[in-house]
Amino acid sequence: MTAVRCIELCRTFIQGDQKITGLDHVTLEVEKGEFVCLVAPSGGGKTTLLNAIGGLDRPDSGEVWVAGKRIDQLSKGALAEMRLNNIGFVFQAYNLIPVLTARENVEFVMQVQGRPAKERRELAENVLAEVGLTGLEDRLPAKMSGGQQQRVAVARAIVTRPAMVLADEPTANLDSHTAEQLMELFVELNRTHKTTFIIATHDQRVMSYARRIVSLLDGRIVKDQQQAT
Amino acid sequence: MQVAGVVTRLAWRNLWRNHRRTLIMLGAVTVGVWAMMFMTSLLRGMVTEMVRDGIEGLPGHVQIHHRDYRDDPSVVNSLPPASGRLRAALDDPDVVAWTERVRVPAVISSERESRGVTLVGIDPTAEARISFLGDEVAVGRLLESVDDDGVLIGRKLAETLETELAKRIVLMSQDPDNEIVDRGFRIVGVFDAAIESYEEQFVFTGRAVAQSLLRIDDRVQEIAVLGSDFRDIEPLLTHIRGAADQRLRVDAWYELDVYLGTMLGVMDGFVLVWIVVVFLALSFGLVNTLVMAVFERVREIGLMLALGMKPAVILAQILVESVMLLVLGLFCGNVLALVTVYWLRDGIDISMVAEGMELFGAASMLYPLLTTDDMIMANAVVIILGILASLSPAWRASRYEPIEAISKV
Ligand SMILES: Nc1ncnc2c1ncn2[C@@H]1O[C@H](COP(=O)(O)OP(=O)(O)OP(=O)(O)O)[C@@H](O)[C@H]1O
Ligand SMILES: [Mg+2]
Repeated sequence: MTAVRCIELCRTFIQGDQKITGLDHVTLEVEKGEFVCLVAPSGGGKTTLLNAIGGLDRPDSGEVWVAGKRIDQLSKGALAEMRLNNIGFVFQAYNLIPVLTARENVEFVMQVQGRPAKERRELAENVLAEVGLTGLEDRLPAKMSGGQQQRVAVARAIVTRPAMVLADEPTANLDSHTAEQLMELFVELNRTHKTTFIIATHDQRVMSYARRIVSLLDGRIVKDQQQAT
Repeated sequence: MQVAGVVTRLAWRNLWRNHRRTLIMLGAVTVGVWAMMFMTSLLRGMVTEMVRDGIEGLPGHVQIHHRDYRDDPSVVNSLPPASGRLRAALDDPDVVAWTERVRVPAVISSERESRGVTLVGIDPTAEARISFLGDEVAVGRLLESVDDDGVLIGRKLAETLETELAKRIVLMSQDPDNEIVDRGFRIVGVFDAAIESYEEQFVFTGRAVAQSLLRIDDRVQEIAVLGSDFRDIEPLLTHIRGAADQRLRVDAWYELDVYLGTMLGVMDGFVLVWIVVVFLALSFGLVNTLVMAVFERVREIGLMLALGMKPAVILAQILVESVMLLVLGLFCGNVLALVTVYWLRDGIDISMVAEGMELFGAASMLYPLLTTDDMIMANAVVIILGILASLSPAWRASRYEPIEAISKV
């Protein structure tokens, strides 16, 4: 089954009188259960592509299909619903709600989904332990290091066992040991739950876990290769 | 329901994020609500006092006359003393007091001046419970019985007639056969009234004395009835109307004194206008605070949208935050207003500024009066208009683009 299908995606940004290419005729198909790395130099279009797949940004032309449904024409409300129930996000720049503790941030999506309190609490505690944050459950984001915040974001992205996880530089602030642990966790989820992972990164350590590496340059796919792990 | 939980939690935490701003706004709402209620209580107190004085001035809450008396208030349009069903209705427990009066136009003359007045023959014992005539007179004494043949006149009238206590005057009127009747009386008391015009208009004597002067046996012109609350006399009115026969006419005080009745109605409108005006002043601060709060939170609101929270829920979250602030402010404002009104329960002496206001029937002591209805109205106005005012910033927040939030700045 196809998890994601992008057909001829184009996206340009206008900045002042300059036209910046975000995506340039990108066609990409990702099967359910794949573990994909998007690799590109800074400005290559990784985030733009993830945003299009996640229904956060509308391409200028082309089609985006997620789990068999075309999403690039959906209304805001429908997109929100789609994201809530199908996708776990780790964003590149800003991830946590500052007035909520680590646990509450992890529970946030489940709460919006309407899951019962007891289940939420249990799942949140487990997943926080999995990312190595036991004992920090009641900290506010401002009282945590960049790496810890990043791990809370990862915990939130995977706690609902979404069909797909879109992660933008999930290891950016992590030491190599923690980064490895996280990647092990991702691989584990990928294997046991058939969770589709699409991870944007320039981190070599991350790439070594991927079975497929898609390289972008100036918004175009320049290489798409499978690799053994 | 789960969403409601996260919405209230976020709203509450966000509210206390900027302590200083929230406290300032809370203070403003508190003071505003206090001002709404306190000012309203002063207005209500003033009007109540006016109406009460007005009613005490003679009408009672309900009056019974001959059908034609209001068009032609002359001696012929009289009633027999209450009997039968009417009498039973008047002796009912929800009637606080009632009395029968002779009430006819007359001319009073001193040795210097004459004036047209209303001669009222009263039963002093019953009257004392209904009208101001139960109070002290300025000089002299009160009437003592229906057979008391002294007269009581107002201070103002005494001045006009250039007469005084213990002097004699002559009262002249007509009997039912249109014959002139007159009689000399001694002034036994001079009264002050809260409403100055009463001092010029009314002259009182014993009812039996007036009846014999007018040759009307035991007939009277007016029955005045006092209920327990002038604002709520409809049951009393219906009850008495049901018991009165065809030839009688039963009126409520607001029909008898249209000025007072209208004043009460106007005051309702005025109170509402005042509450809304204070709210409008407040709403500038409220909307400004919300606009700032929402602007500061572009990123996290965007993040919540990106994670799949519906725009409508974002809108609700901002509204809940605003309502929390308003409810806190309302609570403090209500308490403060109640405390102030309780503290001033013995009245405020406004005699310094009240001199000129006696004309309007204002008394010199002001008793603030905070009614449940007014409190409910003020609270409802603040909450409803508050939500309306918060809609625009809340709407703006719900329209944020998630992408703005999560991309680098
Ligand atoms: N909102 C925007 N407005 C203007 N230009 C944008 C916007 N978003 C992205 N771009 C531009 O589009 C191009 C692709 O950006 P994108 O963020 O997708 O790159 P990236 O691969 O994620 O880079 P990085 O590794 O730095 O995160 C860049 O040149 C970027 O400047
Ligand atoms: Mg990026």
